[in-house]
Amino acid sequence: MSLREKLASGKFVVTAEVGPPKGVDIEEMKKNAELLKDRVDAVNITDQQSSVMRIGSLAGAHLVKQWGLEPVFQMTCRDRNRLALQSDLLNAYVMGIENVLCLTGDHVALGDHPDAKPVFDLDSVSLLAAIKGLEQGRDLGGKELAGSPRFFSGASVTPCAEPLEPQIIKMEKKVKAGAQFFQTQAVYEPRQFETFMQSVKHLNVPVLVGIVLLRSAAMARFMNTNVAGIFVPDALIEEMDKAEKKAAKGIEIAARLITEMKDMCQGVHIMAIGMEDRVPAILDAAGL
Amino acid sequence: MLVSEMKPLEEVLGYLDGEGKVFIVGCKGCAEVCQTGGEPQVLEMKQTLEQQGKTITGYTVIDFLCDKALTKLRLKAHEDEVMAADSLLVMTCGIGVQATAAVVDKVVHPACNTINLGGARGEWRGSERCRECGDCLLDMTGGICPLTACSKSLINGPCGGAKNGKCEVEPEVRDCGWHLIYERLKKLNRLDKMREVLPPKAYSKMEPPKHLRSTIMWALEQDEKEEAVR
Ligand code: SF4
Ligand code: SF4
Repeated sequence: MSLREKLASGKFVVTAEVGPPKGVDIEEMKKNAELLKDRVDAVNITDQQSSVMRIGSLAGAHLVKQWGLEPVFQMTCRDRNRLALQSDLLNAYVMGIENVLCLTGDHVALGDHPDAKPVFDLDSVSLLAAIKGLEQGRDLGGKELAGSPRFFSGASVTPCAEPLEPQIIKMEKKVKAGAQFFQTQAVYEPRQFETFMQSVKHLNVPVLVGIVLLRSAAMARFMNTNVAGIFVPDALIEEMDKAEKKAAKGIEIAARLITEMKDMCQGVHIMAIGMEDRVPAILDAAGL
Repeated sequence: MLVSEMKPLEEVLGYLDGEGKVFIVGCKGCAEVCQTGGEPQVLEMKQTLEQQGKTITGYTVIDFLCDKALTKLRLKAHEDEVMAADSLLVMTCGIGVQATAAVVDKVVHPACNTINLGGARGEWRGSERCRECGDCLLDMTGGICPLTACSKSLINGPCGGAKNGKCEVEPEVRDCGWHLIYERLKKLNRLDKMREVLPPKAYSKMEPPKHLRSTIMWALEQDEKEEAVR
């Protein structure tokens, strides 16, 4: 069953993340993919995450598919104009890639090529609309296609953003433009997530709650000051601080968050950021 | 110098849909030279709108609308007329529209498109910036330009990168443009504008029209010549 079919059938789905390497040595990426295989329903392939130049998400998704996993092809609007984005969508389809996650993308100023020309010709909303157009046999120039693709397109949302209303307005627009599922930014506060899910109930779209695995209290503090839309409560930071075995504690907290939020949403998206080997332990502890 | 041209009347009337009372603002700077927002054009607009059944609560033509302090002062003198209006129609470049929007708590509509000069600059602007995109969106965004206020020039709402109202790019100095737009629209009770899905921008309109590609004086002379021929 594909991700689309699983979500349609009401199964609680699990997705994780694989980041392609900077360079052409794909051994570790393959190792991480293999660890996740048979444990997750699909893996997201990040698109030059944090604007750091590396192997792209299209090649990454293709590899992961060859290795027997179902990819979610992440697409940002940072590096490609509307020609390149639409062309890559056609490329993905002929490679058998069905799931696409449409993102705005970080600004190039945040990455390792800060002098690059930022593109942002389309945005996450118009990229979703472009996909819908391609599916209906037309590109953004209004020209007809010889054979149209079909995708399962998703988008992201930040449930703990402050204020929340602009996020919800944009989420509504994404649904209007064609988003069929959402993966969220990391959530550490189940109560806040519950409020968020209440306010988007009318959209009737599957939401996979985002979990970012904690490595240490310092990492949590860093995210609180520097990462948009992430807030780790003091109690959790203290728990990490006091724990002797940080790795085990991080896994325990992740599993606990999943258990607490499982009934509020349709799936979980685990971002292990370099600690992919700990994902199976999280899933074991969460009973997934 | 910024070169502006009138938006089609239907577009302007669309903005004013449901609003009976309008205050018109013109400018004696670039907009007068471009014959978009000088006194004659303002009076013409007044007449046109009255024919369309609108009430013009007042009008003013300010020396340099981009000089925000001056604009605030001059509008103050018309406070009653401004407050009596449902909205303001500003017949200038994008800077003038943004400067006006910044100093009055009222809905402000652009009457012009700002035409790209390919980089020519030099007026009195404050924090407002206009990229001369040739298809002004300020009506949708509460009079704050999404192309310049947002680091990614997003037109469909904020990315996920804002923290505490600051942009992910240079958060020490940069507000998130979409946070400002959201706050402004909320204050004006116009959040519905943010809900509209905008199609991709026509970046072709951002190229300077061929006849304006050279120096500004050259451009104006060309314009005059063409005008004479017509
Ligand atoms: S949308 Fe911005 S760049 Fe375009 S004309 Fe208006 S103020 Fe200028
Ligand atoms: S944080 Fe705000 S201003 Fe910065 S790129 Fe995102 S939406 Fe634009």
